[in-house]
Amino acid sequence: MDNIQQTQAQKKYQQRVNERMPKSKIASQCLRAFIAGGLICCIGQAVRAFGAQTLQLDEKNVAAFTSIVMVFLGATLTGLGVYDKIGSWSGAGSIVPITGFANSIVSPAMEFKREGYVMGVGAKLFSIAGPVLVYGISASVLVGLIACMVR
Amino acid sequence: MDYVWAFIIGGAICVVGQLLLSLTRLTPARILVLFVTAGVFLTALGAYEPLVELAGAGATVPLTGFGYALGTGAIEGAMENGVIGAFAGGITATAGGIAAAIVFGYINAVIFTPKTKKPKSPKA
Repeated sequence: MDNIQQTQAQKKYQQRVNERMPKSKIASQCLRAFIAGGLICCIGQAVRAFGAQTLQLDEKNVAAFTSIVMVFLGATLTGLGVYDKIGSWSGAGSIVPITGFANSIVSPAMEFKREGYVMGVGAKLFSIAGPVLVYGISASVLVGLIACMVR
Repeated sequence: MDYVWAFIIGGAICVVGQLLLSLTRLTPARILVLFVTAGVFLTALGAYEPLVELAGAGATVPLTGFGYALGTGAIEGAMENGVIGAFAGGITATAGGIAAAIVFGYINAVIFTPKTKKPKSPKA
C-alpha cells in the first residue's frame, strides 16, 4: 500500500517536472541567444567605431563598411566550420545577426558544390538569401512608393 | 556605454528570434524573412530609427537592421528622385552588404568543403 502511494507520488512529481522542463529549456535558450547576439553586436559596434574614428568614414559608409566586415566574418567562420559550432550553442543568437545571413549563404552553397558551380554553388547561395532579398526589397519598394505619394 | 546598449538591444532582438524559434514552428529562413520585412516596416513607421540612435550596431547588425537600411534608402530615394528613387533607394543603400555577401559567400563555398558532422550524442 505504501509502495503504491509512493509510486503515485513519484508519478505526480514526474508530471510536475515535465510541466516545468520545457519552460526552463526555453529560458536557457533565450539567455544563450541574448549573450551570443549581444556579443556579435558588440563586435559590430567595434567595427563601426573603427570605421568612424580610424578610417574617418561618413555615416553611410560606416554602415556599409560594418555590414561588409560582418558578412566577411560570418562567411569565413562558416567556411572554417566554426560558425556552426557557435550556432549549435547560441540558437537564434547566431541566426538573427547579419553574420547569420552570411552563414545561410555559405552553408547550402558549400553543401551542394557537387552539383556543379552554376546550379550547385551559384543557385544554392540564394536558397535562403533569395527569399530574404525578395521580401526585403519588395517591402522597401512598397514603402518608397508610399513615401512618394505622401510627400 | 555604446557597447552596453549594443549588447542589450542586439541581445534582445535575438531573444525575440529565439522565442519565435522555440515556441512556433517557424524555420530559421522564415524568421530571417520576417525580421527583414519587419525592419522595413518599423523603419517606415519611424519606430526603428530611435533604436539605431540608442544602440548603434545593436540595432543595425541584426537582420532587422538590414531592413532598416533598405527602408531608409527607399524613403530617401523617394524624396529625392520620386518613383525611380523608390525603386533604386533600397538596393543602393544595401549594395555593399549584398555584394559582400555574394562575393565572400561564393569564395568560401568554393574554397571550403563542409565539415563532416559528428553523430549527435543522445543528450543533444
